[in-house]
Amino acid sequence: MKEPVRVALFVTCLVDLFRPSVAFAAVKLLEAAGCTVAVPRSQTCCGQPAYNSGDRAHAKAIARQVIAAFAGFDYVVAPSGSCAGMIKVHYPALFADEPAMLADAKLLAGKTHELVAFLADVIGFEGAGARVPCVATYHDACSGLRELGVKEQPRALLRRVQGLALKEMATPEVCCGFGGTFCVKYPEISDRMVSDKAADIEATGADLLLAGDLGCLLNMAGKLQRRGSAVGVRHVAEILAGMTDEPAIGHPKAR
Amino acid sequence: MHPTSRAFPENAHRALGDAILQQSLGIMMRQGFAVRRAKVVARLPEFEALREEARALKDHVLEHLDFYLETFERNVKARGGLVHWCRTAEEARATVLEICRAAGARTVTKGKTMIGEEIAINDHLEANGIKPVETDLGEYIIQIRREPPSHIVAPAVHLAKEQVAESFRRTHRHLDPARPLDEPRQMLDEARAILRQKFLAAEVGITGANILVAETGSSIIVTNEGNGDLTQTLPKVHIVLASIEKVVPTLEDATLLLRLLARSATGQEFSTYTTVSTGPRRPGDPDGPNDYHVVLVDNGRSALMGSEMQDMLRCIRCAACLNHCPVYGAVGGHAYGWVYPGPMGAVLTPTLLGIGEAAHLPNASTLCGKCESVCPVKIPLPRLMRHWRERAFEQDITPRATRWGLSAWAYLAERPPLYRLVSATAARVLGWLGRGHGRFRTLPLAGGWTSVRDMPAPEGRSFMSLWTERRR
Repeated sequence: MKEPVRVALFVTCLVDLFRPSVAFAAVKLLEAAGCTVAVPRSQTCCGQPAYNSGDRAHAKAIARQVIAAFAGFDYVVAPSGSCAGMIKVHYPALFADEPAMLADAKLLAGKTHELVAFLADVIGFEGAGARVPCVATYHDACSGLRELGVKEQPRALLRRVQGLALKEMATPEVCCGFGGTFCVKYPEISDRMVSDKAADIEATGADLLLAGDLGCLLNMAGKLQRRGSAVGVRHVAEILAGMTDEPAIGHPKAR
Repeated sequence: MHPTSRAFPENAHRALGDAILQQSLGIMMRQGFAVRRAKVVARLPEFEALREEARALKDHVLEHLDFYLETFERNVKARGGLVHWCRTAEEARATVLEICRAAGARTVTKGKTMIGEEIAINDHLEANGIKPVETDLGEYIIQIRREPPSHIVAPAVHLAKEQVAESFRRTHRHLDPARPLDEPRQMLDEARAILRQKFLAAEVGITGANILVAETGSSIIVTNEGNGDLTQTLPKVHIVLASIEKVVPTLEDATLLLRLLARSATGQEFSTYTTVSTGPRRPGDPDGPNDYHVVLVDNGRSALMGSEMQDMLRCIRCAACLNHCPVYGAVGGHAYGWVYPGPMGAVLTPTLLGIGEAAHLPNASTLCGKCESVCPVKIPLPRLMRHWRERAFEQDITPRATRWGLSAWAYLAERPPLYRLVSATAARVLGWLGRGHGRFRTLPLAGGWTSVRDMPAPEGRSFMSLWTERRR
């Protein structure tokens, strides 16, 4: 019998705090794909807030912690293109001048993947038999798209979800205006960007917006709701896993 | 031009509230250069390979910049021209003025040159009694409006045609006030008739250079209006204003860049006019200047050599990064507060004005990466913006509140047990507070977020705490 693939889940700080359902959906998908899933306890955040604010020292300290916590697994998988991109693309860059750490950073980078790309490209996952009747539209979050080449994989897997029709936006690849701390440092510019995005989403007539990054999803959900839009917002993993018991992002629980 | 990059947020606020600007930007971003670029790139299968070749070519030149510049100078001299080496903007301004004075110039025609904007040559000439006349239509429009360019290829892209008509009526007072100026064609014809006189009157013509060719000592410009040709062939003296990184080894190399430049800039396969200028008029030539000067400007560029910013010197000023940038598309070029806007400006402006003046520019980006993906010479613009953020952080320019927040957050993130406790508590408290609506319309300390969008409430438990409970 084939040895199960040992995957460590990088939960991401936003999923841990805001939406545990995404991580449970990721666990369900990975197990359905024949992996055993571990969740290293000494994980917190990938360090992007520091890294993208120019605080290299803190970014490095956190990267060291992640590199240590996630050594020893076959793969590291994150339900986020931006956190996976941080580990895969930027950790090696952070330690470019520290040969001892660089080797470990590269080793980790080589086995780290964004969840949907991992399922589609590495495992050859063929779907969990989910059934979610809806019209969905998919936003290509920037880091996943441009750093990791996540584009066709989520669409291919969504096509296997029964009852789901995918309707593309006019500009699915244009940034939603989240950008980490950008959205609070330059709220007016972010507002223009996310307003354009919300209009594009609404124009599809879809009743559900999906993406692979919770930061972008919180931003777009927050704007759609401020506009009074009825479009639901979920992480793509929730739909692929058929886990829709939790209300959509920003929607109240039924009482 | 007095920089206002420090006031980027205020500039952006004004730009976002300017209905005419927003309309112009909307048209440009939705139907403009980016759309046309995508079409011509799709028709050229080797486009990606050409980008890689161009990156390698520019890197090679930068590694041997001294050699190619000296070769260029030798070949300019051999063909009867002169090269002036200028370390600073000030030296470049003085050199240009001196050449103009020696030529007895009262009027100088100008082709479009971003270096001219960078060293503010127009103000300097005017202050010394010489009238510069911009001959590129867009540059002419902003010159009579006394505005800086808002885009490095399409300087007047921020304007609506009604504003241009109004400026023409105010400036061209000798013409019939009742003349129709409703269509761009009518304005173009009017500008052309006025500029024709200037071309003939000017003693000196100043152009930029898209490319300098070392092996022939030539300068190359591309235009769509032919104004550059008239600027450099009609006056007695031709001055080429060029920065040092514009040089390439051979004409063959120049063709590589030309194949990328127009496609990346305006979505044309080739610009309408590509003009190669080599030395002054020779005996028997039907036209051309008597004197040919190249003013080579460093202005901080050699200081980038060998630094983490060196990649920026590959830039060929096509503006593809502006045309695809959602932040540029939201606020336009003037918000950036100086000569170079958009992603390339966010990297270049701090090198020229200092990170203290320009710290907002590399920060006002989501690092979405679209700019890098379309750059014809593959400049890693997001990485370079991040480098500037690091310089700002090191030099204590990053605002104190941001630094304090980062330290507090990092303190927790480096202590997993404490972090888990705080995350679990925050999830419970915020989840409970938000249980009614599932979201917050306002939230203390989150005004930047909730001023423009709702904040979704957490589900109520942190994943780590749930996982610990449910772990099998």
